[in-house]
Amino acid sequence: MLKDITFGQYYESRSLIHRTDPRLKMVLLIALIVFIFLAKNTFSMALAVLFVLSVMAVSKVPVKLYLKNMKAILPVLIFTGIINLFYGEGETLISFWKLEITTGGIYRAVFMMVRITLLIFLSSALTYTTTPNDLTDAIESLLSPLRFVGLKSAVHTLAMMMTIALRFIPTLIEEAEKIMNAQKARGADLENGSLRERVKALIPILIPLLISSVRRAYELAEAMECRCYNGGEGRTRMKQMHIRPRDFAVLAVCAAVCGGIITLNILF
Amino acid sequence: MDSIISVRNVTYEYKEEETVYAAVKDLSLEIERGSFTVILGHNGSGKSTLAKMLNGLNKPTSGDVLVDGINTKEESTEVEVKRKVGMVFQNPDNQIIASIVEEDVAFGPENLGLDPAEIRRRVDDALKAVDMYDFRESTPHRLSGGQKQRIAIAGIMAMEPECLVLDEPTAMLDPKGRAEIISTLHRLNSEKGITVVLITHYMEEAENADRVIVMNDGKIIADDVPKVIFSDVKTLKSVGLDVPQTAELLYRLKENGFSVDTHALSVKEAAAEIIKALRSEE
Repeated sequence: MLKDITFGQYYESRSLIHRTDPRLKMVLLIALIVFIFLAKNTFSMALAVLFVLSVMAVSKVPVKLYLKNMKAILPVLIFTGIINLFYGEGETLISFWKLEITTGGIYRAVFMMVRITLLIFLSSALTYTTTPNDLTDAIESLLSPLRFVGLKSAVHTLAMMMTIALRFIPTLIEEAEKIMNAQKARGADLENGSLRERVKALIPILIPLLISSVRRAYELAEAMECRCYNGGEGRTRMKQMHIRPRDFAVLAVCAAVCGGIITLNILF
Repeated sequence: MDSIISVRNVTYEYKEEETVYAAVKDLSLEIERGSFTVILGHNGSGKSTLAKMLNGLNKPTSGDVLVDGINTKEESTEVEVKRKVGMVFQNPDNQIIASIVEEDVAFGPENLGLDPAEIRRRVDDALKAVDMYDFRESTPHRLSGGQKQRIAIAGIMAMEPECLVLDEPTAMLDPKGRAEIISTLHRLNSEKGITVVLITHYMEEAENADRVIVMNDGKIIADDVPKVIFSDVKTLKSVGLDVPQTAELLYRLKENGFSVDTHALSVKEAAAEIIKALRSEE
C-alpha cells in the first residue's frame, strides 16, 4: 500500500521540454495558466488546446500518464461541468423545478471543463519533465529576489527543507513498512475493523516512526555540521542554471501563443 | 612525531538528570599525520564520544584537543577544524542530504563557498577515489549499504580533509559492504596520504592498521601495533570481543590501590605486574 505513494512524477526522457530551464518552465506555466483563463471564445480556446496538445507531444511523456493525473481531478471536473450547465443563456433544452439547461449552459460547461483539463495537462507537463530537485532549485532561484527585503536565509531554509524532505521520503516509507511488518508480526490488524479501529491501529506505527525520525534528524544535523554547513551563509552551488538559446526559443513560442489568444479574443 | 591531532588530558562528561557521567576520562592521544589508526572498544567505552571530540563536534569538559595546532574550543576556527578532520558516521542514510549522488557529494564543498568548477573537480575526484563515479547520477536510496557509505565518505573527501575519522562506519553493513569500506579506507590512506582514524568493535578491521588503540571505560587501555594487541586479545575473543581480561584485572587492581601498570596486556606481563605489585606491598 505504501509502495504506491510516489512523490514527484518525473518521467525520464531528453525532450526539449525536459531540457528547458526549470525556472523558465515555472514562470511560463504560471503565465500560460493566466492566458488560458483569459481565452474567452472558441477560437482562442482552440489555440490553447492546440498548444497544450503539442506541448504534451513534444514532452515525449506517454499520454496515459497525463490521463492518470486527470483521474484524480475527475470529480471536480464533473462537478464544475454540472454547475456550469445551469448558468447559461439561450434556448432552453430541458427544464425541471427551478433549473433549466440551455444551449449556452452546455457551451459554458464544456468550455470550463476544457479549461480545467488544459490546466491539469500543462501542470503535469512541468512535473513530468522536471526532477523534484530541479523544481526546488528553481523555487530557490525564483524567490532569491526576496533577499533584498531581508529574507535571504528564509529562502535558503525553505529550499534546504524541501531538499531534505525529498531525500527522506523514500527512507521514511521504507521505515514505515518495516514497522508495519513488525507490528503485524506481533498480531496487529491494520486492514480490518471500523474506521475508528483502523485509525487506532495506526498509532503503534506512527509513534515509532516519529521517534526514529527525530533521531534521524539529530544525526543528520551532526553530519551536516561536519560538512561545514552553517545555514547557507557564503554557500555556492555546483550546478549553475544557465539560460540557453533554446530557452529563448521556448519563451518566444509561448509568447506567440499568449499573443495569439489575446488577438483571437479581440477579433472574434 | 608530526601529529595532526593532539588530545591532551581530555575529560568529557554527560549530565543525565542529576548524575554526571564521564564518558572520556583524562585521555591523552597523539595521531600521527598519514597514519592508519584503529580505535577498538565495546559499547559505552567512550570511543564515539572521543571520535566526536576529534573534529570539535563535542567540546571537552576539560583538557584540549588540537587539530594541526588549532584548539577545537576556539569558535572562530570551528569550520577550519571540520575542514581538516572529516567525520563519517554509522548510518549512511542519516548522512546523505541530497537525492542525487553527485549533488550530495557537492554539499560539503558548496558550504565552503568554492567556485562551481572547483566543486565539480572535487566531486569527480572524490567519487573516483571511492570507486563510485559511475553512480554519480543515481539516487542514493537505490544503492546498497556499502555503496551509500562510500558516498558518505566521498562527501567528506570532497572537502579535501587531511584526516578522516570514521565512527563505526561498518556497523550497519553486510560483510561485503564492510570489506568495501575497509579496502577503500586503506586505499585513501596509502594513495592520498589521508590520515585515517577508524573506530570499530570488529577486531578483524584492525588487522592492517599501523596502530591499534583499545578503549575501555573512557580510557585508553592499549595502544600498539596490531600484532601485539592481537596476541593479547585473540585468546579473549571467546569472551565476546570484550576488553582483555588482563587489562580488566590490572585495571581493577589499580582501582583498589595496587600500583600496577595497566598497559601490560599479555598474561605474562600482567602476572609479572601483579607479582611486582604484591612484592611492593610487603
